[in-house]
Amino acid sequence: MFKEIFYRRRKYATIPSEKAKKEVPEGLMVKCTQCGTISYTKELEKNLKICPGCDYHFAMTARERIEATLDDGHFFEYDVELVSLNPLDFPDYQDKLEKDMEKTGLNEAVVTGEGTIEGHPVVIGVMDSRFRMGSMGSVVGEKIARAIEKAEQKGYPFIMFSASGGARMQEGALSLMQMAKTSAVLARFHRKGGLFISIMTNPTTGGVSASFASLGDINLAEPGALIGFAGRRVIEQTIRQELPKDFQTAEFLLEHGQLDKVVNRREMRKTLSRLLDLHLVRGDH
Amino acid sequence: MAGELPFEKPLVELEQKIQELQSFTREKGIDFSDEIKKLENKMEKLAEEIYGNLTAWQRVQIARHPERPTTLDYIENLFTDFMELHGDRLFGDDRAIVGGIARFKGTPVTVIGHQKGKDTKDNIARNFGMPHPEGYRKALRLMQQADKFGRPIITFINTPGAYPGKTAEERGQSEAIARNLREMASFRVPIICIVTGEGGSGGALAIGVGNRVYALEYSYYSVIAPESAAAILWRDSAQAERAAESLKINAPELYERGIIDAVIPEPMGGAHRDREKAMAEVEKVITSSLEELSKLNGDELVQDRYQRFKNIGEFTTLVEA
Ligand SMILES: [Zn+2]
Repeated sequence: MFKEIFYRRRKYATIPSEKAKKEVPEGLMVKCTQCGTISYTKELEKNLKICPGCDYHFAMTARERIEATLDDGHFFEYDVELVSLNPLDFPDYQDKLEKDMEKTGLNEAVVTGEGTIEGHPVVIGVMDSRFRMGSMGSVVGEKIARAIEKAEQKGYPFIMFSASGGARMQEGALSLMQMAKTSAVLARFHRKGGLFISIMTNPTTGGVSASFASLGDINLAEPGALIGFAGRRVIEQTIRQELPKDFQTAEFLLEHGQLDKVVNRREMRKTLSRLLDLHLVRGDH
Repeated sequence: MAGELPFEKPLVELEQKIQELQSFTREKGIDFSDEIKKLENKMEKLAEEIYGNLTAWQRVQIARHPERPTTLDYIENLFTDFMELHGDRLFGDDRAIVGGIARFKGTPVTVIGHQKGKDTKDNIARNFGMPHPEGYRKALRLMQQADKFGRPIITFINTPGAYPGKTAEERGQSEAIARNLREMASFRVPIICIVTGEGGSGGALAIGVGNRVYALEYSYYSVIAPESAAAILWRDSAQAERAAESLKINAPELYERGIIDAVIPEPMGGAHRDREKAMAEVEKVITSSLEELSKLNGDELVQDRYQRFKNIGEFTTLVEA
């Protein structure tokens, strides 16, 4: 149901990446939530937002992630003009969308496009947890689905960095169905032999965890990332017992056979490049 | 009226009055037939008023009604030769999901569904219809079997949702649900899904990627339980009524957004009020959609499912002024 209308109220059709980059984290200094180490924001950004004290991986914005992953200057963005409606007239939803657009400089919670990683062309999707907690509604589902279709057409691998609280409540069952949509598109990509590398970053939960994010040929995660389907508190209430501290962390998932590898952010680009290299035998590039 | 819901109270009271008058007539020999007739008319009008104006929350209560027909009831009534098959070959047999081979009007099919208990004991054994990963994996195994032997797949969806438990997470419920979504998209046989009661989020969708998806009139399908949504949005699970309204989870609203392909009409007050009638409606839908889908070959079925789900979503495109 694709409706084309004019949206004059919105001024941020294109993404002011420079501005967005400098906004997060707030202020000049950042205190690590894990070990208390205080870093200069600028230093932290140079250090891929990894705490020098304890290696804690701070959240990256979509722009930062793209910059850290792709070869310089090789990013062509897809579907930047897609924006959410409020299909259910859900209370306050429109307001929240507009605030997040302003705050992040993004039109939605995922950025998709193509670029290269050490020369390997890829289609890439990156979620941004600042936008509605990275939740998946119609636009996020559609952008990811279209990106996978692009990867299929071009014969490129598909790389997805997830960061999401799950399906977007304010779009109701439409959001739920995006799980099926993205998975169905991945199914065809899979049947045609496409390579999909999924990287789960903090957090990858709910409907995103239970759809495309878990469907990589290779499933990677960043250290300490929260990954799971049900929320911790809900589980604790259900089973009436406290959960271990590391429950639903990347390391916990690795231990339980749910991940291929936990990869430190400093090693991510190299790891992806190696994987892409190892898959070069088939395909036409 | 057994198992009445709070909003059905005025009806129950009227019904009792009628019964009293009837027994008076029998025992005392006084003729109350005029009164009875009047009350019956009144009751009919009242029923129309109540059931014609159900709130979202009231519909949810009907969807959750303990006497609502379960998957095994549909199987028993609409299928023959059902043989239940068990286990995921990996961990165990999840009784929150049942499945097996049966005949629908003579044709072998694979039938799968969430199974709620018929009483407290059964409900505990079936975990109130909330699957663990092994449930989805059993369903997947049975669907793969159906695909191999060219049997259509029919699923009955009725779950509050995936079980939010520690072991379910440890055994990878995210992956189990996700895998089903992807694999269901690739099967080369017709898949028909029917939401019969609760369509609780990912646990429901895990057997819900069909060529056709239907929902009974009073059933719901939601991204989140109304209580949980209320707790998140307004920090008050008592606001579930408001959440149910806002989330637009009722069958007619789902139809409007293309999430389901048709609403299956139910007898007034819900399927449990007239099981036979409800079963007949479900049978009609399965018959016609099987007939329709049998005209498509494997490729076309896969493409049909792809397009069905690809089309779902409402958004717009921003054009700078
Ligand atoms: Zn630290």
